[in-house]
Amino acid sequence: MLLVFVLAPLVLILGYSFFQRGRFGGVVFNFSFDNFARLIDPLYVNVIMTSVGMGLVVTILALALGYPTALAIVRLSPKWRTIALVAVLLPFWTNFLVRTYAWILLLNNAGWINQALQGMGVIHEPLTMLYTPQAVAIGLLYMYLPLMILPLYSSLASQDAQLVEAATNLGASPWRVFRTVTFPMSIPGVLTGCVFVFVPAMSNFVIPELLGGGKTVLIGNLIRDQFLKARDWPFGAALALVLTLLLIALLVAQQRASKRLTDGPEERKVSSRA
Amino acid sequence: MRSKIIPLLVVATFATTALTSCAGATTSSALDPSADVTKQTLVVSNWAGYYPEGLAADFEAATGIKITIVNHATNEEIMGKLTTGADSGIDVAFVSGQYAQALNEAGLLQPMEKSMIPNEKNLYTEATTLSYDMGNNYSIPYAWGTTGLCYRSDLMPTAPTSWNDLLNPAPELVGKTTMLSTERWMALPALKAMGMSVNSTNPDDLAKVKTQLLTTKKTLLAFDDTTFYSKLISGESVMAEAWDGWCNYGIAEDPNIKFVVPSEGSDLWVDTMTVLKSSQNKEAAMAFVNYILEAKTQAWVAENILYKVPNEAAMKLVDPAVLASYPNLTMTPAELLKQETVIDLGEFSPQYTKLATEVMAG
Repeated sequence: MLLVFVLAPLVLILGYSFFQRGRFGGVVFNFSFDNFARLIDPLYVNVIMTSVGMGLVVTILALALGYPTALAIVRLSPKWRTIALVAVLLPFWTNFLVRTYAWILLLNNAGWINQALQGMGVIHEPLTMLYTPQAVAIGLLYMYLPLMILPLYSSLASQDAQLVEAATNLGASPWRVFRTVTFPMSIPGVLTGCVFVFVPAMSNFVIPELLGGGKTVLIGNLIRDQFLKARDWPFGAALALVLTLLLIALLVAQQRASKRLTDGPEERKVSSRA
Repeated sequence: MRSKIIPLLVVATFATTALTSCAGATTSSALDPSADVTKQTLVVSNWAGYYPEGLAADFEAATGIKITIVNHATNEEIMGKLTTGADSGIDVAFVSGQYAQALNEAGLLQPMEKSMIPNEKNLYTEATTLSYDMGNNYSIPYAWGTTGLCYRSDLMPTAPTSWNDLLNPAPELVGKTTMLSTERWMALPALKAMGMSVNSTNPDDLAKVKTQLLTTKKTLLAFDDTTFYSKLISGESVMAEAWDGWCNYGIAEDPNIKFVVPSEGSDLWVDTMTVLKSSQNKEAAMAFVNYILEAKTQAWVAENILYKVPNEAAMKLVDPAVLASYPNLTMTPAELLKQETVIDLGEFSPQYTKLATEVMAG
């Protein structure tokens, strides 16, 4: 079952990526590497670079905001912890289009933020916030922040509190405890959170369209357009294949890194015994 | 008109039952005028909100044919369904003219059986000589219109008259205009402003269009296909490249919104009905096409969906008050035909897609 649902679509993508678009759309079963040759066009390379850049910016911001949040939640009493976690998850229970339109209301030139700032006399001309790359980054950050907080939280919550106690008793300052004990042990959570945010952020196509006003193109938009606008399934498949390979490479790297981190002490134990 | 169909169907019902079961099983393209259409069931795909609400029930009551109407959001979406599988399960598909042309060239369409579509006589003569399908051989026009500028007359210092008012806007309009993002229509204003054809397949033309659009992009609020009229209503934008029918949705909310076809001319787009060759219910499909062409059905479309219909008998039934509120509904077929009909460009189409990507990512 798993094979059918997961592997079959991937094999289809792989297969389509070597065929060609028919004169009026559709797929012509004509084996060629044309689609991959087209990918090297600076236009598409640029879109991929923009997507990676956007993914990185959003991931770094999510980490910067998510880490302190997760740390604060861990330190709450059990009752408040539950409430805080529900609050983090709450947005996922409402339709994401509705939430994205809410940002349009907030950010547009006649929107609430501009009205408030103008009302307070901070600015005289409305700030252009909507339909910019920055608006896209904000939308993506808002959308995927919970995916950063949750793995961080679970990683931090599973840490042995005695280790922090021990370090403190031995005279380490809170900053040093964080730097040498808490943070290193949470790195697997950090890596998981980063992958969880980076992957969907660079391939989202709805937010660039709604908050970017169609003026920012990410690889997700490009793939969507090949399938739904250009009727160029083979090229869309080639693009999707590139994205999939990129993500597989990322996941493998993340797995390896986490494994090395958790296995590290074991290896050291073995070598000290020898 | 409706009464004419029913006796035909009653006769058909008593005539042959054995024959129809055969007709249903074969994929032969020959139509059987005596087929019992009440034994056939139709699946029709149309744009959401582009047909009368009670259409399925009314059609079933009038003809006894069971019908399911499914929706698609865009031409490309329905094309995807129709061009990738052997049998999409769809009998009648509503697509724009150039897509009907593409479907026909791919050999997917059933020729229209005119003897089963007597209501074709309701169409304007002009609607039978459209370049994507001269003589409506495999498609029947459903609605038509053009692309122009939709603007807030109360927020613009002067009314726009040229595509250049959008492409190179006055300083006070910078950041307050939107353009369509679907490739052919994204290219249209620049093509027309430079005196080129909307169906240009000259790479030099497209290069010039790209240069112009990259300059224009810096002045735009957004590329917007779907919500441009709400941006006009809220005042976020003051002028938009818009399809006439969609501009009417803005006019419905704010009478200060006006529509103009720029002096350099524009396109004529036609949304059509097509019957798929793979359909097992072709006789019922023809009956459906004929039903839509009834004056009453299409008059409803013009009055409620606010798109012009190529049906002369239907346009005569439209409430004059509606025509007064939405002046672009009164554009005559002759005026529409002065515009250039959009056709499918086949192998050149990906160039337009690339242009759109270059502009949006540039």
